[in-house]
Amino acid sequence: MMKTKNIMIVGVGGQGTLLASKLLGKMLLKKGYDIKVSEVHGMSQRGGSVVTYVRYGDRVYSPIIDKGEADFILSFEQLESARYADYLAPGGKIITNTQKTNPMPVITGAAVYPENLLSKLAEIGFDIDAIDALSLARKAGSDKCINIVLLGRISKYFDFSDEEWLTTIEESVPPKFIEINKKAFLLGKEE
Amino acid sequence: MKKLMLGNEAFARGLYEAGCDFVSSYPGTPSTEITEFAAKYEEIYAEWAPNEKVAMESAFGSSLAGHRSYCGMKHVGLNVAADPLFTISYTGVNAGMIIAVADDPGMHSSQNEQDSRHYAIAAKLPMLEPSDSAEAMEFVKAGYEISEKFDTPVIIKMCTRVAHSQSVIETGERIERSAVPYEKQTSKYIMMPGFAKKRHPVVEERTKALTAFAETTSLNRIEEGSDNSIGIITSSTCYQYVKEACGDTYPVLKLGLINPMPVELIKTFASDVKKVIIVEELDDVIETYVKKLGIDCTGKELFGYIGEISQNIVREKILGVKAEFKSVSEEIPMRPPVMCAGCPHRGLFYTLKKNNCTVIGDIGCYTLGAVAPLNALDSVICMGASVSGIHGFVKSSGKEHQGSTVAVIGDSTFMHSGVTGLINIAYNESNSTVIILDNSITGMTGHQQNPTTGFNLKGDPCTKIDLESLCKSIGIKRVKVVDPYDLAQCENAVKEELAADEPSVIISRRPCALLKYVKHPGPIAVDENKCVGCKSCMKIGCPAISIVNKKAVIDSTLCTGCGVCSQLCRPGAIEGGKK
Repeated sequence: MMKTKNIMIVGVGGQGTLLASKLLGKMLLKKGYDIKVSEVHGMSQRGGSVVTYVRYGDRVYSPIIDKGEADFILSFEQLESARYADYLAPGGKIITNTQKTNPMPVITGAAVYPENLLSKLAEIGFDIDAIDALSLARKAGSDKCINIVLLGRISKYFDFSDEEWLTTIEESVPPKFIEINKKAFLLGKEE
Repeated sequence: MKKLMLGNEAFARGLYEAGCDFVSSYPGTPSTEITEFAAKYEEIYAEWAPNEKVAMESAFGSSLAGHRSYCGMKHVGLNVAADPLFTISYTGVNAGMIIAVADDPGMHSSQNEQDSRHYAIAAKLPMLEPSDSAEAMEFVKAGYEISEKFDTPVIIKMCTRVAHSQSVIETGERIERSAVPYEKQTSKYIMMPGFAKKRHPVVEERTKALTAFAETTSLNRIEEGSDNSIGIITSSTCYQYVKEACGDTYPVLKLGLINPMPVELIKTFASDVKKVIIVEELDDVIETYVKKLGIDCTGKELFGYIGEISQNIVREKILGVKAEFKSVSEEIPMRPPVMCAGCPHRGLFYTLKKNNCTVIGDIGCYTLGAVAPLNALDSVICMGASVSGIHGFVKSSGKEHQGSTVAVIGDSTFMHSGVTGLINIAYNESNSTVIILDNSITGMTGHQQNPTTGFNLKGDPCTKIDLESLCKSIGIKRVKVVDPYDLAQCENAVKEELAADEPSVIISRRPCALLKYVKHPGPIAVDENKCVGCKSCMKIGCPAISIVNKKAVIDSTLCTGCGVCSQLCRPGAIEGGKK
């Protein structure tokens, strides 16, 4: 029996993490896996730290990923990469957007945004693949496609063809945004 | 067809396939999407009720008329609907009736962590607990069968992890049902003492019959294990954590019908294992029951009463294996939720803070006015508690507080249970100032229509409650409307109404910044040559503004151009935006 694989998607409420998990889920369903995708709705979505768990395998039980279990952490923001780093499994990889978004305690001066966070994570021994997803999203045509850029990035680590991914994107976004999102996916993958 | 579905969507699919005709609910995380998905089926009539009590009574009315009905709510919503709940247990139903209650262990989006299973026990109603999306759908169908066979409303208890997790389900077809004819049955449906006394024994007999049903129903099942040194009794999402952590090692008794619980099934299960462990979140409901049967077991001693359980916790407590992981030693600043950039509540809260008001708060996005730097709230209890709370506060403290205390409540929350508090203010004449934060939508739960928006759940135009007329008709003579983007207007209104010697209402009106139809002027910027770094603009706690190199900077990806910050900028470094 295949061991259940775990992907955590973390970011800031409003960054579009739910679409990334929706697309991943759709893709994995097509591949015939048992899947669970767990989200948190409600208050935390208002600019708070948000987490989505995606799990797949032959038989998936728990809807959540626990500390030390994530094969991938797909992070939309540096601070969130660090916040959830302890969820990474041995041999796991953090794929992170290099973007920084100040949380309210930093804005008000009650806390400090740590410097060189990603190199510090690397020093501890976390395997990190960092990418400037905001710039690439802009290049694709919209700030909002950060999620698809990052999806493109994580696609590098799967054996699914570009065509399969792009079809899934096509099925999931409004027609007028299909081209921008396809471009964003390929930029994320190839950069 | 195989589909990946949210637990709540699967629940709605179950309603559809089971031939449910009538849905009435009040939104509440994590229950909201059941009703939203149900509304997408043309065959189902679905509506948002002003509150959970109205929803439950309406759903009961539909059942009485012979149609399968549903109402859904979050755990604290069931407190609001508890009054009909206890009595419809006595009357029973005509066509099947299902009540969903969604608990929120870990309080991801709630003000308390109550365990709704107590309601099933207290109201003597059957309660089912699905553990994933497929079960959510199946349990709805089973629930209607139970409801009609045993003449009882059935509660289905969801929790955040079942409601908001997607898993694979196989959908089927809807089975249309003809309405059960309505017959007048006074002794069954009129619960006055003489009749109710005759119904209570019926309820007790029903519980006995349901307990017998619990022994054999496939909703409860024993899964064999390879090692009988431990046997685990569990339900809901905890079942998934147990299977994740222990696989098929230990036998598991999975309870799908959580009230009433079986007797013989539990005794048989316990006699086959050396030690019984109960895995359940929040209170010791299963544990207490098992102990009452005279069976020795362990539960809360290991898992406690607080928050969520997870596979790591099960591994640690049952297998004695601690999770291993690398940690980050660096201090990571918290990222609490905040009011969005452009949020219309911000300007009003800034005004209240500036005027040192005591603010009796309520439930909604505006509860976020409590956090730094606004720190504008003094209390938040439950839906509607601001309007009734200020009345008691001002009545008993008199002049000491009445010139400086306000209540704040959203439009939807005001409709839910604020209006009754306002009636009390008018009727019992307290000098209270109530501010209705009318953002023209139910915000926090994700944009649901309500009686003040002019649209119904299906998106069709409908009767729009006029807040000004409503407040006036109750007997509030002073009713004022302000635009919260206009700080001077807010300040004048607050000062005037606090000074007035009679009750008043201020309606702070501007639609939620996230609504699709709201057009924003677009981001504004700071002129760094004019910015003196005084941080006045930082007082409003806008997530789009930060200080970089001692000067204010506006994040153009977040800023909507509401212009509230520009009104605070004395050197005139921020210009433009809406005013």
